[in-house]
Amino acid sequence: MDVNKNSYTFTFSALLVIVVGTALAFAAEGLKPMQKENVRLEKMQNILASVKVEATPEEAGEKFKQYIIEQVMLDNEGNIVISEGKTAFDIDVVKEFKTLDIEKRNYPLFVFEDNGTRKYIVPMAGNGLWGPIWGFVAFEGDMNTIYGSTFDHKTETPGLGAEINQPEFQDKFIGKTIFDGTQYVSVEVVKGGADVEGESHMVDGISGGTITSKGVSEMMQRTLNVYVPYFKGNQKAAL
Amino acid sequence: MSETAEATVVVKEPTEPLFSSKNKKLLSDPLNDDNPITIQVLGICSALAITVQVKQAVVMSLSVLVVMVGASLIVSLLRNLIPSRVRIIVQLVIVAALVILVDQVLKAYMYEVSKQLSVFVGLIITNCIIMGRLEAFALANKPWRSFLDALGNAAGYGWILIAVAVVRELFGSGKLYGFQVIPEAFYDFGYYNNGLMILPPMALITVGVIIWIQRSRNTKLIEEN
Repeated sequence: MDVNKNSYTFTFSALLVIVVGTALAFAAEGLKPMQKENVRLEKMQNILASVKVEATPEEAGEKFKQYIIEQVMLDNEGNIVISEGKTAFDIDVVKEFKTLDIEKRNYPLFVFEDNGTRKYIVPMAGNGLWGPIWGFVAFEGDMNTIYGSTFDHKTETPGLGAEINQPEFQDKFIGKTIFDGTQYVSVEVVKGGADVEGESHMVDGISGGTITSKGVSEMMQRTLNVYVPYFKGNQKAAL
Repeated sequence: MSETAEATVVVKEPTEPLFSSKNKKLLSDPLNDDNPITIQVLGICSALAITVQVKQAVVMSLSVLVVMVGASLIVSLLRNLIPSRVRIIVQLVIVAALVILVDQVLKAYMYEVSKQLSVFVGLIITNCIIMGRLEAFALANKPWRSFLDALGNAAGYGWILIAVAVVRELFGSGKLYGFQVIPEAFYDFGYYNNGLMILPPMALITVGVIIWIQRSRNTKLIEEN
């Protein structure tokens, strides 16, 4: 057999590509359920992390079921949406932020309960400097005071904007409030190094990561705004 | 290339034992005298990028090992069938397929690690060591010898990677394989982790130090001026 003939080269290449393609397609399909499960567990871990519940991937599913007692979905106006076969957990806020118009997005809310005290967890998504940023902010039972937060990013600058996924930054939000009296003001991330001592609606930003910090501000302001009617309604009910 | 392939096949006597001294050399040379990183200075890129933690280095080394051994075996088995005009592309397709496979398996079974390794698993495709061994060895040798050669080179790559990672993780974050090994008491006395160790330049310097030590001990490597 002459391996240097053109026809041979073409046949060989075609066969190789078909064999490799088929093998990879089967492998990818076969492993997909496991990969999806990993992504799901990671999301549960992130949600639980915002209320400071540590969970390994193995126990994330169990703990999520134990602590998250209710999942609510809101529309853009803050009304509760009932959707069949779809829970708040299924909503990918990062994807909806990228692809859907603001009126069409869904707004999930997770209600966490441990020993009778409730916390409310709000997922959010926004833009950093280079790409998407997202996070979970957890509120105390008064739906005003921030209990904890986790943020993450895709491509922010390491050492600068990327610091938003570090506890040093995230812990600054603890104890801040989003309402001033009954007025919604959100929490603003101000330029790095500012004196925010005693300010209840301001968080010191990251020096050199101004645009990412602003992205976090904008994301919180815009997302939490949707939850205001729901929070106010429930605050009244709680009184 | 295909001519040398036939030449080697003809010359080789069929009764050679599996672990003849020649074959053992294939396995041991890349560990020291002909190390792909410190002597041939190939695959440096990934050696710098993923040696912050030992765990990443171990997984990366294993991934490279799997890809390299697999690709060498396949290329060696197909060596007389691969048209020489498209051999580089054929090698790339084989390596790429194996890399994607490894990446998918990691995503399914070692999600955390795969997230940390991120693009670097995909970049195994461009690892010069793999293409280098395929082109220089597997294409001209029988499967068993190619297997040993691949194993040796992957191990040579791996041990340097892990050695660098041990130094960087120990001094950079006081841990080894994720476990704290520098006792709290040290920190109380004012010991600090060296933040510079975490940064890429220190990987280069660490590799440099390893090359220095190796050259000073191994007289075969000292060039005469």
